[in-house]
Amino acid sequence: MAKANFEVPEITGVTEVPPVQPDTMAHLETFRAKPDFMEALGFPGEMPEDWKEKAIEAMGDMLKKYRSLQVFLDACVKCGACTDKCHYFLGTADPKNMPVARQDLLRKVYRRYFTLAGKFFPKLVGAVDLTEEVLQDWYNYYHQCSQCRRCSVFCPYGIDTAEISMAAREIMDRIGVGDKYCNEIIGKVFRIGNNLGLPEPALADTLEGLEEDVYDDTGVKVRYPLDEKGAEILLVTPSADFFAEPHVDGLMGYGKVFHEAGVSWTLSSYASEAANFGMFIGSYENMRKISLRIRKAAIDLGVKRIIFGECGHAWRVAYAFLNTLAGPFDFLDPKYPVPQHILEFTWEQIQAGKLKLDPSANDDMVVTFHDSCNVARATRMGDKPGGQFEIPRNVIKAVCNNYVDMPDGTIKEATFCCGGGGGLLTDDLMELRVKGAKPRMDALKAATEEHGVTHMAAICAICKSQFTKVIPYYGFDMDQIVSVHQLVSNAIILTGQDEGGDEEEESAEDAA
Amino acid sequence: MSFLTVLVAALFYLATVIFVTGVVYRIWLYARVPAPLRIATTPAPVTKGGVVLRMFREVAFFESLFKSNKLLWILAALFHYGLALVLLRHLRYFIEPVPLVVELVQPFGKYAAFAMVFGLLGLWARRFLIDRVRYVTAPSDHLMLALLVLIGLSGALTTFVAHTDVVALKDFALGLLTFDLKPLPGDPLLVIHLVLVAVLMIVFPYSKLLHGVGIFFSPTRNMVDNPREQRHVANWARKLEEENS
Repeated sequence: MAKANFEVPEITGVTEVPPVQPDTMAHLETFRAKPDFMEALGFPGEMPEDWKEKAIEAMGDMLKKYRSLQVFLDACVKCGACTDKCHYFLGTADPKNMPVARQDLLRKVYRRYFTLAGKFFPKLVGAVDLTEEVLQDWYNYYHQCSQCRRCSVFCPYGIDTAEISMAAREIMDRIGVGDKYCNEIIGKVFRIGNNLGLPEPALADTLEGLEEDVYDDTGVKVRYPLDEKGAEILLVTPSADFFAEPHVDGLMGYGKVFHEAGVSWTLSSYASEAANFGMFIGSYENMRKISLRIRKAAIDLGVKRIIFGECGHAWRVAYAFLNTLAGPFDFLDPKYPVPQHILEFTWEQIQAGKLKLDPSANDDMVVTFHDSCNVARATRMGDKPGGQFEIPRNVIKAVCNNYVDMPDGTIKEATFCCGGGGGLLTDDLMELRVKGAKPRMDALKAATEEHGVTHMAAICAICKSQFTKVIPYYGFDMDQIVSVHQLVSNAIILTGQDEGGDEEEESAEDAA
Repeated sequence: MSFLTVLVAALFYLATVIFVTGVVYRIWLYARVPAPLRIATTPAPVTKGGVVLRMFREVAFFESLFKSNKLLWILAALFHYGLALVLLRHLRYFIEPVPLVVELVQPFGKYAAFAMVFGLLGLWARRFLIDRVRYVTAPSDHLMLALLVLIGLSGALTTFVAHTDVVALKDFALGLLTFDLKPLPGDPLLVIHLVLVAVLMIVFPYSKLLHGVGIFFSPTRNMVDNPREQRHVANWARKLEEENS
C-alpha cells in the first residue's frame, strides 16, 4: 500500500454519493507556469495590470468563437442531474467539483458582464464580479477537471464541462496565468518533438533495444523503423510508449502486428508525440500547431496512411480534430480513414485471419477493460457508433480466454475517468488523482471480488501512468495494469517464431 | 373600454414584443456563433437523420435525463408533458372555430394542470431537500418555480373552482389578435393568471428557460459524428489557416 499525507478514500465496490463538504479541495493548486514557458506558447509572461478587463475581453472573444461556450453558459437550469456524476466530486465531496458548480465559477462572471439580468440584478441570478478570489477559484477548480465529458452524457442538454474548463484555461492563459505541467510540455513538443523531451537519438536507441528484445524472445527480426521515407504507414504514438511500463509492451505489440500484416511502417522523430496538450488548455492555435507536425511528417516521409497508437485524448484530437486542424489529407490513400487507430488496424487483421494467435498465452490473467474517457465519449472506431467500445473488447477477447466487464454504469459511455487526464497527471495534484480514481477503484474491486479479475487493460498512456501510480494506494499492484497490445504481443505467434519450452516460459513471464 | 382591459391588453402586447424579439435574437445569436470542432458526445449518430432522431428523443423523452436520474426524470416529465397538454388546450381561446383535435384535448389539458403543478412542487422540493441541488440554487431559481406554480394554481382554480366567463374571455383573446379590444372579465384570479403569464413571457428571453431553444443548438447533441469523412472548418479557423500559411 502506498503512503499518503492525505486520507485515501475507502473503496467498498460501490461508489456512494457523498454529502457536500465545501472547500475540501480549495487548498490544492497545481504549479504555475513560469514566464518563459508562457511566452513560448504565445501567452503573456506576466499578469497585466488590467488583467480583469483583459479576462472579460477574452471571455467575450471566446463567446463569439465557440457555440458550446455560449449555449452551455445559458442553457443550464440547475437541475442537478450532473452533480453526482463527476469522479472528482464522488472522490472529494467538494461541491465545486460538481460539474454544474464548476461551470458556475465561470457562468457567474459571464452573467455579470454579458447578460441583462446579471448587470441589473446580480444577487438575484447569482452573478458576481471578477475578483482575485474568483480567479483563484478558477485556477484551482479548472485544474481539478479532467475534461472527461462524463457530465455531458447525463445533462439533458449535453452541457459539457470540458468545454467550459478548456475555455476557462484559455482565458487564464491569455492573462498570463497558466499551469506549469501542460504549458511546459507543449513547449517541449515545439522544441524537441514530444511531451517527454526525448530527442531523436534516444528514440532510435529505444527502438533498437526493442528490436533486440523481440529477436531474443522470438527469434524473429521484427523492425521498429524511425524516420523511414517511403513507408506505407506513419505510426504516431504517445512518447510514453517509448519507455514507460506497461506502455512500451504495447509498442512492441504494434510492431509485431505490422510485421505479420506485411506492411511497411515508420515512426517519426519530428512527430514523435500523439498526445496534444493544446486541447487541455483550450488553445486552438497551440493544438493546431502540434497537429501540423503530424501533417508535415506524413508529407516529408511520403507515407500513405496515418495510424495512432494507444492514447486517449490523442485519439480524440486525431479522430475528431485532425482533419479540421491539419487537413485536408488528400495526399493519403483515400481507401483508409485518416487517421486510423491501431486497434482498427489490428482488428481488421484479426478478422482477415492474418494474425496467428494463441490466447492461452494470457491464461494466467482474468482481464477487464477500462474505457478511457476521451475514447469513450469523444471518438469512434470503425463504421458504427460505439465501435470504440466493441473493437477493443473484440481484440482482447481474441487474445484472452478470460475477459469480464466491470459493472454497468462504470463502463462504456458511463466510464469513470482514471483521474489523471486533462493535464492533471502531475505529482503536485496527487491528492486529487488518488481521490478522483475512487469510482474506478470501486468498480475494479467489484469485478475483482465477483469475477476474480487480475488485470485491467487500457489503451491510453495517461490512464496507464495514472493507474500504475495510483492503484497501490488502494491495495492493488501496479503490475495489474496492462496495454491491450501487450496482450496481443503475448498471444501473437510470429511467422518463423522459435518453437519450444523456453519461448512459452518467456511469454508467461511477460504476461505476469 | 375599462381601464383593466386596456392595461392587460397593453401588457400582453409588450410581453409579446419582448418575448418574440428576445427569443428570435437568441436563436440568431446561437445560429451565428460557429462550432469550430466536432464535439458530439459519443456514441453519436453518423448521419444527419440520426441526429434528428437523437434530438427528437431528447426533446420528446428527455433521454439523457432518464439515464441520469429516474426521480428527476419523472418530475420533469410530469411538469413538461403537463405543460404541453395545458398549452394545447389553451389554443381554444385563440382559434375560432375550435378544431376537433383541440376540442378532444380539453379534458386532458384541464387535468394535466395537476400533473404540471405536482411536477413543479416536486422539482421545487428538491431545491430544499437535496444538498447538492441546494448548493447550486440561486434566488432566481426559486422565483421561476414560484412564478410557474402560481400560474398553474391560478389557472387550475379558474378552471375548477372560481369559474370565469370563458365566452367573454375568448372574445378578449380573439380581440387581442385582431387589434379589436373586447372587455376582459374582471375576476381577480383570472387577472392574476394573465398578468403572471405576461411576466413569464417578459423574463423568458433573459432566463434559463432559454434551455428550450438552447438544446437545439447544443453541439454535443446536434453534431453529426463524421469528422474523418467530412472536413469541418469554422470561418475564423479558415482565416487563421490563411494567415499562417
